[in-house]
Amino acid sequence: MSQKTKVIEKEEVVIRFSGDSGDGMQLTGTQFSDTSALFGNDVATFPDYPAEIRAPQGTVGGVSGFQLHFGHKEINTPGDYADVLVAMNPAALKANLKWVKASGTIIVNEDSFTDRNLDKAGYDSDPLQDDKLADYNLIKARITSMTKECLKDSELDQKSVLRCKNMFALGMVYWIFDRPLEHTEQFIENKFKKHPLVVDGNKKVLKAGFNFAKTIEALSYNYSVLPAKIKKGTYRNITGNKATAWGLIAAAEKARLNLFCGSYPITPATEILHELALRKDLGVKTFQAEDEIAGICTAIGASFVGSLAVTTTSGPGLALKTEAAGLAVMTELPLVIVNVQRGGPSTGLPTKTEQSDLMQAIHGRSGESPLPIIAASTPSNCFDYAFRASKIALEHMTPVILLTDGFIANGAEPWRIPKMEDMPTIEAPIAKEGDDFQPYARDEQKLARKWAVPGVKGLEHRIGGLEKMDVTGTVSYVPENHQIMSDIREERIERIANFIPELEAVGNDEADVLVVGWGGTYGHLITAVRELQKDGKDIALAHFNYIVPLPKNTEEVFKRYKKIIVCELNNGQFSEYLRSNFQTIKFEEYNKLEGLPFTVLELKERFNQLLEEK
Amino acid sequence: MAETVVKTQIPVKLTPKDFKSDQEVRWCPGCGDHGILVSVQKAMAEMGIPREKFAVISGIGCSSRFPYYMNTYGFHTIHGRAAAIASGAKAANPDLEILQISGDGDALAIGGNHFIHAIRRNIDMTILLFNNEIYGLTKGQYSPTSKQGMITKTSPFGTIEEPFHPGELALGAQAKYYARTIDTNIKLTSEILLSASRHKGTSIVEVLQNCVIYNDGAHSLITNKEKKDDYQLILKHGEHMIFGKERNKGLILGGKGKLVVVNIGEHGIEEQDILIHDAHIPDPHMAWLLSNMSAPEYPVALGVIRDVAALSYDEKMTKQIKDVQAKASIKCVDDLLKSGDIWEV
Repeated sequence: MSQKTKVIEKEEVVIRFSGDSGDGMQLTGTQFSDTSALFGNDVATFPDYPAEIRAPQGTVGGVSGFQLHFGHKEINTPGDYADVLVAMNPAALKANLKWVKASGTIIVNEDSFTDRNLDKAGYDSDPLQDDKLADYNLIKARITSMTKECLKDSELDQKSVLRCKNMFALGMVYWIFDRPLEHTEQFIENKFKKHPLVVDGNKKVLKAGFNFAKTIEALSYNYSVLPAKIKKGTYRNITGNKATAWGLIAAAEKARLNLFCGSYPITPATEILHELALRKDLGVKTFQAEDEIAGICTAIGASFVGSLAVTTTSGPGLALKTEAAGLAVMTELPLVIVNVQRGGPSTGLPTKTEQSDLMQAIHGRSGESPLPIIAASTPSNCFDYAFRASKIALEHMTPVILLTDGFIANGAEPWRIPKMEDMPTIEAPIAKEGDDFQPYARDEQKLARKWAVPGVKGLEHRIGGLEKMDVTGTVSYVPENHQIMSDIREERIERIANFIPELEAVGNDEADVLVVGWGGTYGHLITAVRELQKDGKDIALAHFNYIVPLPKNTEEVFKRYKKIIVCELNNGQFSEYLRSNFQTIKFEEYNKLEGLPFTVLELKERFNQLLEEK
Repeated sequence: MAETVVKTQIPVKLTPKDFKSDQEVRWCPGCGDHGILVSVQKAMAEMGIPREKFAVISGIGCSSRFPYYMNTYGFHTIHGRAAAIASGAKAANPDLEILQISGDGDALAIGGNHFIHAIRRNIDMTILLFNNEIYGLTKGQYSPTSKQGMITKTSPFGTIEEPFHPGELALGAQAKYYARTIDTNIKLTSEILLSASRHKGTSIVEVLQNCVIYNDGAHSLITNKEKKDDYQLILKHGEHMIFGKERNKGLILGGKGKLVVVNIGEHGIEEQDILIHDAHIPDPHMAWLLSNMSAPEYPVALGVIRDVAALSYDEKMTKQIKDVQAKASIKCVDDLLKSGDIWEV
């Protein structure tokens, strides 16, 4: 591309962009990952940002980060440690230095290292001036002044000029990794099409950053990361939240039903509602309710009248929805409840990830109130599990909880686009005019009742939260009937196990250690397990997407292994659930509650320890 | 009109009996709910809407048992949430005729949020609010409409809370339709329900209802055979606001924007001086004055107090989807999946 001295081919690279929460780091990171994905790399991303929209400037608490991992090989995590850190201010450096690999590259905006900013970040002395960063490849760039210089003839106001400085940093990183600028230039043109001055400014600064890196030969070598060898097909980048929304839309199309989403904004689930609200073109109805309760209740109303009904939320919102979820259990109406988990309890860590709503999902309703629980495990498979959750809800006439988490919801990865004709069919048991309908008459296989929708002549009936008589559906306080209906509610959820795939472990059938995980930790667990397998260790992974009911062969799989360790981002909720199901099996635990995903490194350390123990 | 062929639905001939379910009605003998059930069945038979298009959706409370007694689609939901559930049902299927049943506790206490937001959105449904100023099903605690000072099981020394006036609350939430009736007046109640059903948008119908067990006689001033004509004003659009056993009393607008009760024939007041009711006036000021009148200072206003035309939520939603779809390039999920940045491997 230019007069570069040396090109080093790398299998994979991790970059972390960091700055103030208003510095545009999320956008910068997204641009780099999109460009890399278009280039053909496999990519995984991890946006890590504070709960405040504009947290106090210059403080460690206000640092917004975006980490991305791209490679020539298969990428399953955003990476533990960064090869390159971009720090737009001292606070960003302070917050992220511990995440930089030994001898990694650090690009800093030198202009921001003023006494005031150093003080705000809690530095006693300027780390650029002492030897604290001696072990790193430090690139100091006067990003603010160069941005201003570059736009000195522009008519943009000072504030807008300064907003362009993230493009300078991006331009620099593009040079280092030999990436084309076209994708980002086009993005800028589209995003600011009404503001030609802004388009012009951002494009100029992007180029200036690229040229600056080239001129100073920011590194004496530059990296080349070749395209990954991935399956043939059409690809796009997708986040977990977008994939969830699209999976729901796909299910509605497949089931030939209208999609209705009643929801209330809550981090980190809101993007699902955003995405669905955009899809009026596909007839999606979104209802931004007055609260979480109205979110699920409007969805229940929509389900009663024959829509594929959905409500989306995060932990505290799920708590508010519990009574209505019980109503959906009692009335056996199809409903998908999406819970994008975040750190708790209470408001907790709204923008950070956790898996601590599992017990709430399983047990968080009054009475004996079973419902199926499904968990997605990667950003792109949120599409598949949202689709499958809808299929189970509709075909088994039940509310379903779909668990994702902040990590996979905000993370993105390239996704091989499926064709709708290849997706499974969805057939809801809709009653038709003339059918011999009784509200609680059931089919023999699934024990699902029929769905008689208002508007159909002759099927007028009443449902509600009061216990109903088996078959006829009239209000019933008969003691024996409550036992019968409770047993049916239990059994029909258990029978879903006949309709889901069996559990498959990755690794030897009788490996020394079986790692068990569920949901969004898949990327880290599979990476750790595969790396150990490469080192010749006898270790396997069983990862769960179906939580309630569990796959039928779960116990059989567990019994093949001597040691089982369950890894989750909570205090052992899945372990506890497994123990209550399989009382003779011993489960070790590896738990973490930092609002962050696992690191592959810490997982490998723990697994090695377990492999060595006699 | 003469030249266009109007395709009308063949009116369905139904009788109140068609709307009776096979369930035994279990309200207390003498409860006002019985009369309301009769009024609803009578009104529905006259609406000309096929029975399967009706969905009766209730919350929790004595009144909320209502759907079980109706031979329509029905949903007895959870406490306070019926307005939200009904909102979802109507938004998802605008073809349905929705009657949402609630009591004063259900709609104005635990469900207050959903009540005001359903009205603000103007979801096309009738909310039938049974106001007996007491919690009946839980055996006698004060409600958000109980009069201040009322002695109940949870206010043994009298309530210290100001009550809500449902009309005022509905108007504050921008209600386009508000009517009030009384459980014993089946004719008036069924007329109002018919007009509420024709109104596009949220129709709030407050029924002053008597709980014979826990708050008997709460509305006695206007139900008492001797006195009721002096204490109730039945409003009719375009007619003078005249009331009284002798039909010699009326309302005029006095100083400081207050309503004043006058006697026709006294102090030179003639019938033509009496205010004429305009239910369709968009300004809610007069509706507010009328709905806040209470006995004995004023007669209690009954009838359709406000009925102002506006687009409903479901009409706007349907239109928005239609408009977007007309210009859309994405027609199915396959189109969606391939929209934006994609690349071939």
